[in-house]
Amino acid sequence: MQIASIEEKWAGAVKEVTIGATKESGGTRESVVTVGGARCIPFMDFDGDQGNRPVIAMDVYDLPPENLPEPLLKHYKDVMNDPASWAKKCAEEYGADLICLKLDGIHPDKGNRSSNDAIKTVKSILEAVSIPLIIWGCENDERDNEVMPKVSQAAAGEKCLLGVATQENYKTITAVCLADGHNLITQAPVDINIGKQVNILVTDLGFPLDRIVMFQTTGALGYGIEYCYSIHERGRVAALSGDGQMSTPVICDVGHEAWRAKEAKATDEEAPQWGSFAERGIMWETITATTLLQSGVDIIRMYHPKAVSIVKDHIDQLAMKV
Amino acid sequence: MALTGLEIYKLLPKTNCKKCGRATCLAFAMQLAQKKADLKECPDVSEEAKSKLGEASAPPIKLVTIGNGDKQVKIGEENVLFRHDEKFYNPTGIAVTIGDDLDDSAFKERLGKINNFKFTRVGTDIEIDLIALQDKSGDASKFSEKAKEVCNNTHLSIILESKSVDTMKAALESCADKRPLIHGANSENWEPMAQLAKEKGCPLSVSAPSLEEIADLTEKIKGVGVENLVLHQSSSNIKEVLQGLTKIRRAALRKAFRPLGFPVLTNMANGDPGREIASASAFIAKYAGIVVVNACEPWQIMPLLTVRQNIYTDPQKPVQVQPKLYEVGQPNEDSPVLFTTNFSLTYYTVEGEVEASRVSSYILAVETGGTSVLTAYSGDKLNEDVVAKAMASAQIEQKVKHKKLIIPGLVAVLSAKIQEKTNWEVLVGPKEASGLPTYLKTTWR
Repeated sequence: MQIASIEEKWAGAVKEVTIGATKESGGTRESVVTVGGARCIPFMDFDGDQGNRPVIAMDVYDLPPENLPEPLLKHYKDVMNDPASWAKKCAEEYGADLICLKLDGIHPDKGNRSSNDAIKTVKSILEAVSIPLIIWGCENDERDNEVMPKVSQAAAGEKCLLGVATQENYKTITAVCLADGHNLITQAPVDINIGKQVNILVTDLGFPLDRIVMFQTTGALGYGIEYCYSIHERGRVAALSGDGQMSTPVICDVGHEAWRAKEAKATDEEAPQWGSFAERGIMWETITATTLLQSGVDIIRMYHPKAVSIVKDHIDQLAMKV
Repeated sequence: MALTGLEIYKLLPKTNCKKCGRATCLAFAMQLAQKKADLKECPDVSEEAKSKLGEASAPPIKLVTIGNGDKQVKIGEENVLFRHDEKFYNPTGIAVTIGDDLDDSAFKERLGKINNFKFTRVGTDIEIDLIALQDKSGDASKFSEKAKEVCNNTHLSIILESKSVDTMKAALESCADKRPLIHGANSENWEPMAQLAKEKGCPLSVSAPSLEEIADLTEKIKGVGVENLVLHQSSSNIKEVLQGLTKIRRAALRKAFRPLGFPVLTNMANGDPGREIASASAFIAKYAGIVVVNACEPWQIMPLLTVRQNIYTDPQKPVQVQPKLYEVGQPNEDSPVLFTTNFSLTYYTVEGEVEASRVSSYILAVETGGTSVLTAYSGDKLNEDVVAKAMASAQIEQKVKHKKLIIPGLVAVLSAKIQEKTNWEVLVGPKEASGLPTYLKTTWR
């Protein structure tokens, strides 16, 4: 029997953003990552092109994270004090598409590290790995406005993805990203209107829309994932319906958020009813990622190597043509 | 899909007789379209109109029930493609498999394990719904013996999976009254399977590799008089199944395509538990009515139940935590006391940060109807009276010996009023929960 035709032709598309620059284009990366480009609801390519496959950015911190749960610690304790080796491990052993360097150490409460320290870390990672880099501030406006411009300059030409610009604090980072040729993360607090507003603010400063990636903050599975899910979904429908200011690719922070959940952190003694501690957090991270993939995300920040491998495999299956 | 007022008007007598109480037939038609009138109010309506309008008013995705009693599973009758457009109504049924080829002790052990999958999240118990007995032995007497054992030893609803009509018939002898899902019919066995479902009054699954074939089968089976159907696209390709779910939902909702107007079952058996759960989570987010998994460990099942709980919450209604005093870590009489609102997202953000601080604390979740701090404040749902009342009912004075209350930085403006009302010293905490670990470790101490 012929099935009623259900294809939908969307008027808009998600913009393509390229992160990283090879020698030919003024950087030192051996490969670049392009995200976005979808002309359909995630993976429904009977509507239109599903664009570039979603990618995994693995988190690296500039200072050793405190209280890392054992299943994570196991993989990172040998590299935690050296972000460059940490990044190398993620790139070469764990198959990261991108490295996301989180500059927590510049936060006044977490070490108050200097701009020079941050620059050194960024340069060491750029040297250690050949994949593109995301550089994420500490979310203290004052310190970010002081350090990020210098970091940006030190990585000029590498076409990194830098973050974050918020409604309250966007001018400095937008200006330096523009000057140094980087891409920019715009952040909103699970709010579609503010998300659009921040994109308008930064594009009003002359920043090109096709160098923006949107971040709506992330709630893990069981911790508000449904809010992000629907915000992403609404954003994606808006983009496909032709709303240009919403047509930027989306990044989400799955690893860090999932591993904050009790379900990931509680040990076998603390929560015997929840089953194996060694597997539980990996699954919590995995399912946070695979669920958000259905809402329309393009870059997923992740933490645990096994979760990364399961999610990459899942993406492989969804990226292929039926 | 509902008919428009004009489409309904064409089916009415067009006499403007006013017997229904409306001035014209068109006015009546418009009210019918908005479901503000009942067709019975028109005494002269034709049989043809009755049947056409009756059919059009049936839900685009049929509600199917499996099992009886408390754990009866209700699936289908969904109205939207995106939860933000309204909400998803009938949560995906989660089923775990059990093979009839397991030896007696292994069978018993797995059955016990499946029966006990129950977790508490956000004050709610979450639990699996179904147990799927699979015919792996190919032996009708063995399958029916195990079906009986399952029936007598589970509170869950049951799926019986066998393609053999004789095997199914034998199993139903002992457990038809539990209304299991007969899983099920395919292009080869559909006729006797449908007869069996009709005779026993049980819901029936319809399996085929393509949606076209499924649609053919549902039409034939409806012709025999079986309407409680569950669709199953038998494919081992995740993407094909995922796309099938969207195609079926769109065809039913957007095109009122009746042959696919039923809930869908997925069963993505896969050797690797991680991969299996990953695909199951995608199916739950995208419209599966029942998800069958082989996974049988709490760390596999708990995230699935949580996805289901999260996706099926009502997006128009904020999820709330019970307004009460919560303990994080092992607080004592010197521990800090913070308050926040009972909006679950707000509360859990605060709780997560307090936990991360490793400073044992009391968090008072104040009743604000599930709104966030600023929303509650601007709606006057968060003021000194509300805080004082919450402190009194939590008997906080008996828990700690100090009288210091940490308030959210966003409502610093309430400091003086709270201080006056409660006689507690008010400490203004950070504006964002992320500032709590530092605050508790430094400022508080």
